Amino acid sequence: MIPLSHYLTLGAIMFCLSMTGIFLNRKNVLILLMCIELMLLSVNLNFIAFSHFLGDTAGQVFVFFILTVAAAESAIGLAILVVLFRNRQTINVDDLDSMKG
Amino acid sequence: MLSLRGPFMTQQVVFYIFAAIMVFAGTMVISVRNPVHAALFLVLAFFSSAAVWLLLEAEFLAIALVLVYVGAVMVLFLFVVMMLDINMAPLREGFIRYLPVGIVIAVLVAVQLVLVVGSSYFGLESFPAPEPRPAEYSNTEALGNVLYTTYVYPFEIAAVILLVAIVAAIVLTMRRRPHVKRQRPDRQVAVRRSDRVRLVGMAPEKKPSVRR
Repeated sequence: MIPLSHYLTLGAIMFCLSMTGIFLNRKNVLILLMCIELMLLSVNLNFIAFSHFLGDTAGQVFVFFILTVAAAESAIGLAILVVLFRNRQTINVDDLDSMKG
Repeated sequence: MLSLRGPFMTQQVVFYIFAAIMVFAGTMVISVRNPVHAALFLVLAFFSSAAVWLLLEAEFLAIALVLVYVGAVMVLFLFVVMMLDINMAPLREGFIRYLPVGIVIAVLVAVQLVLVVGSSYFGLESFPAPEPRPAEYSNTEALGNVLYTTYVYPFEIAAVILLVAIVAAIVLTMRRRPHVKRQRPDRQVAVRRSDRVRLVGMAPEKKPSVRR
């Protein structure tokens, strides 16, 4: 059987990858949003692994809610991105230094 | 110890294949130049993650991940990426400069996390693998049983959150352009005959005399 530690390690590696992505692509809001999705995915993997190995459905219910909130978050994030691009013609994080609207 | 025969061996092979695909896809998401390719690799990561969730007997969530994420959220991502005409060159600044530091920090955090979640604490000795569920066991039914009883209040809050997200996304992206002529159906319906038609009584005119 596959031990629990392998699933957790896979989640940890994915989490570190997405964290590195946030480091490297700090200018691009689009890639930042994708990295956040990847991060949530790795956290969900941990929840499901523990839910399986402890025989508790609560972990899967929690993943269900995380998926819901992540979908809402990415929808609003992309809407903000579209408005931002319409107003500033850029999605560079460095250009978002004024609050003048 | 790892058993190396029978269906367990197959499970391990499937797990490692999909884990490798997932890590590869994650690496490509953060490193490719084109955001369309990044979104497609994110789709690949979601698919392989759904396969790993199937190995963990979370069938409903695996299907929900494919349907909701690949079917809705990633299509939204691709839609936005292709709709916006983004100049990618300035957005790649600093990628090479921060690459060594980023890799060092990532490896450090990964080593720390693996030390915590590694085999010494979460191996098969401390967390023995549960027996496989019987064939008639329905993951969807088990999830629905607790979702609509114990967790019904969070479930409704999740529904409200989705509603708020819809309203927020529409309000944010709806744009009212000034000086654009548009129909107003309510005024069209409410209009009366007296608003539009005016009957004018006129005296009959004389036929103009033709000059020869």
